[in-house]
Amino acid sequence: MKKQFDVINSRAPRLDAPDKAAGRAVYAADLNRPGQLYGAILQSPLAHARILDIDVSRAERLPGVKAVITAQEVGLTRYGVSPARYDETLFARDKVRYVGDEIAAVAAVDLETALEALALIQVDFEELPPVFDPHQAMAAGAPQLHEDYPRNICAEVHQEFGDVAAAFKDCDLIHNHKFVNKRQDAAFLEPHACLAEYDLSGHLTLFTSTQVPHYVQRTVAMVTGLPVGRVRVVKPYVGGGFGPKAEATPLEMSSCFLSMKTGRPVKMSYTREQVFLHSRARHRFFHEMTTGVNKDGTILALDHQCLLDGGAYSSFGIATVYYAGSLLGGPYRLPNMKYDGWRVYTNKPACGAQRGHGGVAARACFEQQLDIIAEQLGLDPIELRLKNIMSTGDVTCNELNMSSLGMRECIEAVRKGSNWNKKKGRLPQGKGIGMACGFFVSGAGYPIYRSDTYHSTVVIKVAEDGGTVTVQTGSAEIGQGSDTTMAMIAAETLGIPLSDVRVVSGDTDLSVDLGAYSSRQTLMTGHAAKEAAEEVKRQILEVLAEELGLDPARLDIRRGRIKIKGPPVDITPLRIRYLREHRGWSNQPEGDELCFREAARLAYLAKGTIVGTGKYKPPPLGGRFKGATVGTSPAYGCSAQVVEVSVDLETGQVFVEAMTDAHDCGLAINRTSVEGQMEGSLCMGLGEALFEEVKFDEQGRVVNPSLGEYHIPTALDMPKVKSIIVESNEPNGPFGAKEVGEGAIMPTIPAIINAVYDAAGVRINELPLTPERVLMALKEAQKKPGQVKGGKTKAHRPPRRN
Amino acid sequence: MKKHPVSFTLNGQTVELLTAPNRTLLQVLREDLGLTGTKHGCGLGDCGACTVLLDDEPVNSCLILAVQVHGREVTTIEGLADGDRLHPLQEAFIQKGAIQCGFCTPGMLLSAKALLDRKKRPGEEEIRRALSGNLCRCTGYQKIVEAVEDAAKTMRTKKGAAS
Repeated sequence: MKKQFDVINSRAPRLDAPDKAAGRAVYAADLNRPGQLYGAILQSPLAHARILDIDVSRAERLPGVKAVITAQEVGLTRYGVSPARYDETLFARDKVRYVGDEIAAVAAVDLETALEALALIQVDFEELPPVFDPHQAMAAGAPQLHEDYPRNICAEVHQEFGDVAAAFKDCDLIHNHKFVNKRQDAAFLEPHACLAEYDLSGHLTLFTSTQVPHYVQRTVAMVTGLPVGRVRVVKPYVGGGFGPKAEATPLEMSSCFLSMKTGRPVKMSYTREQVFLHSRARHRFFHEMTTGVNKDGTILALDHQCLLDGGAYSSFGIATVYYAGSLLGGPYRLPNMKYDGWRVYTNKPACGAQRGHGGVAARACFEQQLDIIAEQLGLDPIELRLKNIMSTGDVTCNELNMSSLGMRECIEAVRKGSNWNKKKGRLPQGKGIGMACGFFVSGAGYPIYRSDTYHSTVVIKVAEDGGTVTVQTGSAEIGQGSDTTMAMIAAETLGIPLSDVRVVSGDTDLSVDLGAYSSRQTLMTGHAAKEAAEEVKRQILEVLAEELGLDPARLDIRRGRIKIKGPPVDITPLRIRYLREHRGWSNQPEGDELCFREAARLAYLAKGTIVGTGKYKPPPLGGRFKGATVGTSPAYGCSAQVVEVSVDLETGQVFVEAMTDAHDCGLAINRTSVEGQMEGSLCMGLGEALFEEVKFDEQGRVVNPSLGEYHIPTALDMPKVKSIIVESNEPNGPFGAKEVGEGAIMPTIPAIINAVYDAAGVRINELPLTPERVLMALKEAQKKPGQVKGGKTKAHRPPRRN
Repeated sequence: MKKHPVSFTLNGQTVELLTAPNRTLLQVLREDLGLTGTKHGCGLGDCGACTVLLDDEPVNSCLILAVQVHGREVTTIEGLADGDRLHPLQEAFIQKGAIQCGFCTPGMLLSAKALLDRKKRPGEEEIRRALSGNLCRCTGYQKIVEAVEDAAKTMRTKKGAAS
């Protein structure tokens, strides 16, 4: 029997929606300060070159220019995402490593002057041979990007769980398969923007479009040399992040240095082209997987190699190369798994974390492989998966604990929701249906820097009149709805209506929170918010119990009313007290029960401002092997999808016609927001599957750095999505809740690829599925009827088109 | 650069200003008039975040020069509500969960308004077509389309009740 809730598990409209609908929500680029300057960054026009000389004198002399900074002014403090790979400096001094590498920044009275000044900076380069292909970059004699990393290997992973070679000997079928995706851009609608303000007492405030105020605060403090306590990072509303805004940017640090140097506020933003150059988005992954199974479809072993094209710097890349392996540990029982991964530097913008971090291409490869194996064994792809799925309580071979896992429920939900049984194998030529599954972490088990820090702290403060409760958190509302989630958790815990809760967030002054990445906030910030609300409730009820001379155990709060168990209690004296303090006010408390605000006011009168604090840190998780921290999480969300496509066999064009998605998010705090994350994930996955690709010319320049040329899905590209929420009860989540923000993207690409195979009889092993690529595959299949389809597997079914 | 006098109707009010001929309507709205509800997403007319209504037609304000709107009527997101009363489209976007990060929302709402002003009962395909110049990376468009359908229904009912 499911528990009844008053606030959570509903479809409450988001707290920020009215302001956003009215155009009143303030984003970083909307901020202005009196006397502000405008900053701009000089970026390298060359992919790989030695810097011989930088002459800023003409720029400095330009009227209106207030400061020019280079590595000489700001120093060469190394920073990055993981302390194990601090390989960036704010500005290049000795050499540049990609088209877009930062060399200098300027602050001027207006943007036009700042841009004019950039053109006056003279940089003498000595061109070096660049390397763009990660395979070539690893070869002997290839140009080296970083002295410390021979063969350009930024990070490598070698793991084996069980004994893969021995297991292969017992397999009835072994399938080998290669797969490659393309570099993607996050294409959030809001380009990065920020405004730094260094005040006369030596405090720096940075307003910025970020997912991670806390990490930005630390990086800015480290690079500028200011104590953490003198750096405040404030996140206004953010126009989408999806991963690339989860690290400190040169934009932010430039504005900070320029403000410190000029003593004036400095506003900066990236152009859309600069967003592409800064990148930090999805890597390009070259996967090779060999999977062994028994005749009955039981998966026995996976041997997996992966090469990541990292770009010029590490960014999140160490985590990415680990995730690319570890996220195959589930959601199927896989007793033996070997993984060898390499992330390699190339002279291109750095890749980083993006929705489904590290696992999306791996999942696409593996789920396609399962489809091939199912066909070979004459099994329905759903039956093959059902045979192998994990369930609640299972632990993967790499020690990820599925403390709740509604995988079977998800599969059954999409089977029914899509009418799979009526469609699979029965659709006409050119129409196809495909499915896939996936899972994802519900918050990284460990912070990015090694630390015993709390992952989240939350402060809840009650207004002195008792009427409004304010949740203060450093967590980051970036569009996913976390402010509303925290408000709902606080309201449910306190027993008050959502309308009485206000959220102030995204400010390092408020609390410590690691931010919006790895789908962590609902679980982690949610835990801290719940604990803070419990603390507030306890304080209020204790005072009330004392006033009434009752055992606090007799008291509770529900829907804004005080519930008193046992014999009736005369509340009149307390009510009169409240009314006396609020003479002439409208909307006075009434009825037989005390209101929350009457009790909260009493608590204030007894103890001063009522504040509750909460904190959360996951317990030690996962295995002891090298890299065990990446992939561990207190909980895992999972999902299954069915996609229906039609393929134009004359042109190779793929149309996605229907998508059915089921996601296990634990208890859904806000059902509308959960669906929103599911639908958005599917849309992003569809774009990556069908058309998204950041392209480069032979000199390493991005050739499609605009949203017109880099095509993301429009309303016309998306079919209707059927979203089905599956609710397991996650023991490690607040009220049983866990992630939905990233896991939902996992099955999308392979489900589309598998549907295309069902429609057209061709296996596509390279993204995106452009008409050209699909048509070439169709032509190839025509030449060799009944021959190779998808790696080294013999096709059981001839191509449909002859 | 020589500035030109421009006079136009902005959200029902007459506005007169002097502006350089190379300034876009988007720059004038955001930087000179402080109407930051209109968003800058690309500056190239690709994303639609800067959509405003020019004589009731949706346009990318980053591609229109301010001098071009002389004598014409401009509606921005700040002018969509009737005082404190939100437009049915705004209400529907809030209720249906059509808003996530909110950066595409102002442009999306104005494109939707232009559609509903000329078509009382648009089909799903028509709605998707009308919104196809407004990119959204968060929602997958599903709840946006549902919200427009919902608002159309509300607006028909209200009209019906009034007549």
